[in-house]
Amino acid sequence: MSYVRYIDKTTAYYQTQGYDKPYQWAQFDDVPFAPLKKPLAESRLALISTSEIASRAWEDQRLPLERGEAANVYAVATDMPLEDLYSRTHSYDMNATTLDDVNTFFPVTRLRELSEAGRIGALSPRAFGVYNAYSQQKTTGTDAPEVLARCREDGVDIALLVPV
Amino acid sequence: MSLVARYLEENGIPTVVVAGARDIVETCGVPRLLFTDFPLGNPCGEPGAEAQQRKIIAMALDLLDSATAPRTTVQTPFKWSKGEDWKAKVFTEEQPWQTEEVKNAWLEKKALYRKLKEEGSL
Repeated sequence: MSYVRYIDKTTAYYQTQGYDKPYQWAQFDDVPFAPLKKPLAESRLALISTSEIASRAWEDQRLPLERGEAANVYAVATDMPLEDLYSRTHSYDMNATTLDDVNTFFPVTRLRELSEAGRIGALSPRAFGVYNAYSQQKTTGTDAPEVLARCREDGVDIALLVPV
Repeated sequence: MSLVARYLEENGIPTVVVAGARDIVETCGVPRLLFTDFPLGNPCGEPGAEAQQRKIIAMALDLLDSATAPRTTVQTPFKWSKGEDWKAKVFTEEQPWQTEEVKNAWLEKKALYRKLKEEGSL
């Protein structure tokens, strides 16, 4: 069976739910391309996630939005114990699967293993989470520049991004 | 997430997106996509399948090495172990995407966003 066309499926689905105006998915003709600057084995990699990855050890478990804050980009230490990490997103197929295994959407252990095996130079100590901005303009105009600035602070060469 | 990948790439940081919603990512357009035909939520492998997860992430790294032009999509060879029934059911009236509780929580968050935006806090 071919893969699911989510744009068509969700458009049809939300019509049945009483939403008239279909969501306008981002669409571009041009796509940028940056070649690797150095071998992977010498590159530092940042993991970036929209899974609302969070730590049970954080004192404040609220989303920035729930605190009345605009910040959408946050850091998660990649050496944090795996059992402390969890996702609070509901944007996944909860009829078919679970998010109980963090490495299925936030592959921090797998990246550490590949780093130890020498496939990449290093896994950057900070991974980044990006919350839903409810606005493509905010994602492009505010959140993406923030991610870039933090990647540069950390000397990141390459990034692996996982939408959920 | 695709928008962030594009922005990083425009600014010289090579990226790979690991995703299960192929059409959404390809419609936006990213330099490198590693696609696995799994339900949304597990684009890096099935729960508990460590060897498979490792292969998927290794393939994502390989793609950083091998891609020479944007819009390079590679599909991993893996099939969902419980079959493909989930595909026909996803986003159908028979099987709601979200429970009422989850849907209401989402609507509350969205309303809070609008309120804070109107107040100028965001």
